[in-house]
This record gives sequence, C-alpha cells and structure tokens, in this order.
Amino acid sequence: MSLGGEWYLTLAAALFSIGAVGLLVRRNVLVMFMCVELMLNAVNLSFVTFSRMLGDIGGQAVVFFVLVVAAAEVVVGLGIIVAVTRRRSGATADDLKMLHG
Amino acid sequence: MTTALLLAASKVDVAVFVVSAAAVLIGALGVIVSRNPVHSALMLVMTLFGVAVLFLAQEAHFLAAVQVIVYAGAIVVLFLFVIMLLGVDRIENLAEEPLRGQRPAAVVLGLVALAQLVFLGGAQWATGAEAVAGSSAGPGSNVETLARVLFTRYLYAFELTSVLLVIAVVGAVLLAKRQPLPANNLEGLSQDDRTSAAGSGSPPHSDEGLPEEPATTAEAHS
Repeated sequence: MSLGGEWYLTLAAALFSIGAVGLLVRRNVLVMFMCVELMLNAVNLSFVTFSRMLGDIGGQAVVFFVLVVAAAEVVVGLGIIVAVTRRRSGATADDLKMLHG
Repeated sequence: MTTALLLAASKVDVAVFVVSAAAVLIGALGVIVSRNPVHSALMLVMTLFGVAVLFLAQEAHFLAAVQVIVYAGAIVVLFLFVIMLLGVDRIENLAEEPLRGQRPAAVVLGLVALAQLVFLGGAQWATGAEAVAGSSAGPGSNVETLARVLFTRYLYAFELTSVLLVIAVVGAVLLAKRQPLPANNLEGLSQDDRTSAAGSGSPPHSDEGLPEEPATTAEAHS
C-alpha cells in the first residue's frame, strides 16, 4: 500500500516554506525566481496528493495547468530580467527600485 | 503471504518516499544557500527530480514525465541560459545583509507559515466529495484518464492555455528585443547610469549595419 497522504502534504508544506524563506532572503533575481518555482512545485505536490487521497483526477488536471502557467511565467520573467540586466548589469532586486514612476 | 507482500511493498514505498523527500529538501535548501546561481539551478534540478519521483509514487505517471521534461528539461535550461548569457554567475556575498534583521524575520515568517500549513491541516488533511471531476482510477491508464478529463471537462481552460502561451511568447520576444534608447530618456539618469546604458544598449545603426557583413565575408571568400 502507498504511504499516507499526510506525509506528502507535510513535505509539500516544508518545501513551500523553504521557497518562501528563500524568496525573502535572497537578492539575486534569478535565485528568487527559482524559489518561486520551488513554491509552485510544493503546491503541485499537494495537488497530486489530494488527487490521490480523494480519488479525483481533477487535482492532476490542475497541476497540468499550473505547469503551463509556470512555463509562461518563467519565459516572461526571464525576458524582463534580460531587459533589466541589459540596461544595468548586475542588478539585484534592490536595484529594481529604479522602476518606480 | 499477501501480508508479507504488502509489508514489503510498504517498506519500498517508505524507502522511496524518504529518499526522494531527502532529495527534495536538500535540493530546496541548496537553492537558497548556494552563493553561485549555477549551483542553485543544479540544486533545483535535484528538487524537481525528487518531486517527479513523488508524483510517480502517487500514480501520476503523466505528470511525472511532464515534470522531468518541462521543468528539468526546459525551465532549468532556460534559467542556465539566462545565467550564462548575462554573465551573472558571479558569487553573491551572502554575509552582507541587505536589510537589518531581514534574515531572522524571514526565517521566523517561514516557520510560522510552516506551522500554519501543518497544524491547520493537521486534523483533517483532505475533506470533500470524492471523484468530482472524475475518478482517478478510471478505465485505462493514468494518461488516458487525465486526457479524457482535460478534453471534456477542462476543454475551455485547455484552449485558454494556448492563448496564454502565445501571449507569453509574444511578450518574451517584445521584452528581449534590443531597442535603441531615445536620447531624451538618458536625461534623468545619473552619470554612471548613462555610461552603462550607452555601453550595453546598441547604437541605433547596428541593425542597418548588419546587411553589410555578408557582403564583406563574401568578398573575403572571393
């Protein structure tokens, strides 16, 4: 038999928290992006776990859409990073205050 | 006999979970403590593989494959491309704190979030009706079941994702396009901003200069 869902959900919560802490701590924009990916993966993991616990395929369908949105988000986000870094090399998240109006 | 088999299977499941959970957590911690962004990206791959194994352990075969192909194959490679392209793979000094007390506050906030997630969910992990969108056990394999629900119940959402992807592609091309800076945009910037902008932004003639290059190479060949 498979392991109980609560183990997977606890792991997903831990993964989400690590991603959130990383997002708050790091200043490199690329690493912050990776932390967002960590959080998205934690949510995906909990969706799949719920899908198994409830015997419902809908959770897996939602993970599919999260994957698509994550891919789109990464493409646009990295485009923004490239555009910003081209104008100002070595920009950290703190330097992006130049974007204010 | 059956009990022994169940016990053995359960042991294997526990072993798979422990190993992949360790990979996930070590990779996640590695992402946030690595000083080099390239190491962070490689640690991210480890986490993504661990999550893919956990998907497999929960019978989500299609998502496990897509996780490896899309995340580890495409997204991380995109990250590495940008890291190498921008040359930002320099070591970040993690000792210098951007804001006084930000690190402890972030860790405390993270622990509070973890406690909320675990203890609020702790009593009842999953409540609600079973198999609303269709049974995950359904007839056929996991891929068939997922495909059936994607193309019936979630058809409009599925079509909208194609629109989203087109918008993302157009937006990325527009963002990454090198545009010449208008002269009056430089007025508000400080001196070093101006030099860095002038150094990194291409002169407006570079695009017109491109067609000449094949001619010179053709001359060199002849």
